[in-house]
Amino acid sequence: MYNLIGAGLIVIGAGLGLGKIGGSAMEAIARQPEATNKIQTAMIIIGALLEGLAFGALILGK
Amino acid sequence: MINLKRALLVLAVVVLSASPICLLANEEVRAEKPNDKSKEIGEYINHHLQDDHFFSLYKAGEETVGFPLPVILVDNGLKVFSSSKLQHGKAVVEMDGQFYKYYHGKIYKTDAAGIINYDDKHHPTNTKPLDFSITKNVFGLFLAAFLMFVGFLSLAKTYKKGSSNLPKGFGRVLEPLVLYVRDEMAIPNIGHRYKEFMPYLLSVFFLIFTLNILGLTPIGFNVTGNISITVCLALFTFIVTTIKANKDYWKHIFWMPGVPVPFKIILAPIEVLGMFTKPFSLMLRLFANITAGHSVIMGLIAIVYLFQTQLTVGGSIGISMLLTLVLFFLELLVAFLQAFIFTMLSSLFIGMAVEEHAHH
Repeated sequence: MYNLIGAGLIVIGAGLGLGKIGGSAMEAIARQPEATNKIQTAMIIIGALLEGLAFGALILGK
Repeated sequence: MINLKRALLVLAVVVLSASPICLLANEEVRAEKPNDKSKEIGEYINHHLQDDHFFSLYKAGEETVGFPLPVILVDNGLKVFSSSKLQHGKAVVEMDGQFYKYYHGKIYKTDAAGIINYDDKHHPTNTKPLDFSITKNVFGLFLAAFLMFVGFLSLAKTYKKGSSNLPKGFGRVLEPLVLYVRDEMAIPNIGHRYKEFMPYLLSVFFLIFTLNILGLTPIGFNVTGNISITVCLALFTFIVTTIKANKDYWKHIFWMPGVPVPFKIILAPIEVLGMFTKPFSLMLRLFANITAGHSVIMGLIAIVYLFQTQLTVGGSIGISMLLTLVLFFLELLVAFLQAFIFTMLSSLFIGMAVEEHAHH
């Protein structure tokens, strides 16, 4: 049972983090549409780092 | 004449038939308790995620159809035999006076009766010979290497004739990816010494990409979802960064310049730990993403069997195939993204190792 609670917490953490990144990326693109490519690349990199943490925690906690 | 409509039709046919259990979907509905079925499906999924000595394609009734791969053991001499002799753990193989038995993925040395001794936690305590067999993962690696050779040798031939030659055929798909790795990952992160590291970055990128895509085919590979493979890839990045690092890098780890002496001593173990956690996270990220993707897709396909009473055969197949299709496209994106992230982070670490600082 505690496994599921832990999994839920992990997903909350990942969701909050990714949402924050996505939000600031959207704002930055809105301010400067010509820098869209660079912002997109940076956003994907940080997204993958966060997902790595979330998945790692999921696997380590089974 | 290849036009868009034809191409989309071929793509739809290939994608909709790309499922690992679609060959089993013609089975009749078995009137069994739901517990047995979900446990059986769980075992099947677990078996697919792990390495195996026998390349099983599908199961017809009680028989597993596939082709056996050679088993190569080193145990006072080289012993080679076909894994069909192991008979999935039912038979004891006798080779030059030694007896071997297969149990849950590993080969153990036993006596003539094939007895395996277990300890308290039901783990076998027999000794194991050194196992260098060609298992499913090794075969997958060979296949990926062969595909990469075929793709890149033809690309290299077009460049030999003139460096601004346009490649023909499949080289046209590979060339933008190669240029992307060079222009977006190597040059911004590594700087002017990027040419030394381009072979490694390109190899890692295309190997992970090819292996991920192979894992999505219905043949049933799962190479990058195996933690041993990702450990080796992360180890390669670690070795490259450690060997090619210059003095500034080591100084920043052990004796960080620009901070007072007590902080230097506190920071040193943290930086050493950071040196190891970076490749560790590389390994864990790739392994977890690919394994989770495979599990989810196989679980969604298993819905065909689990909900046959509630949704009728046609309904369960329809819903399962629809969900699996959506997740399949997500897995295609993940396949490319994981290769991209691995290579990007490797180039970042290499760049940090060979960077030449303007001194403070």
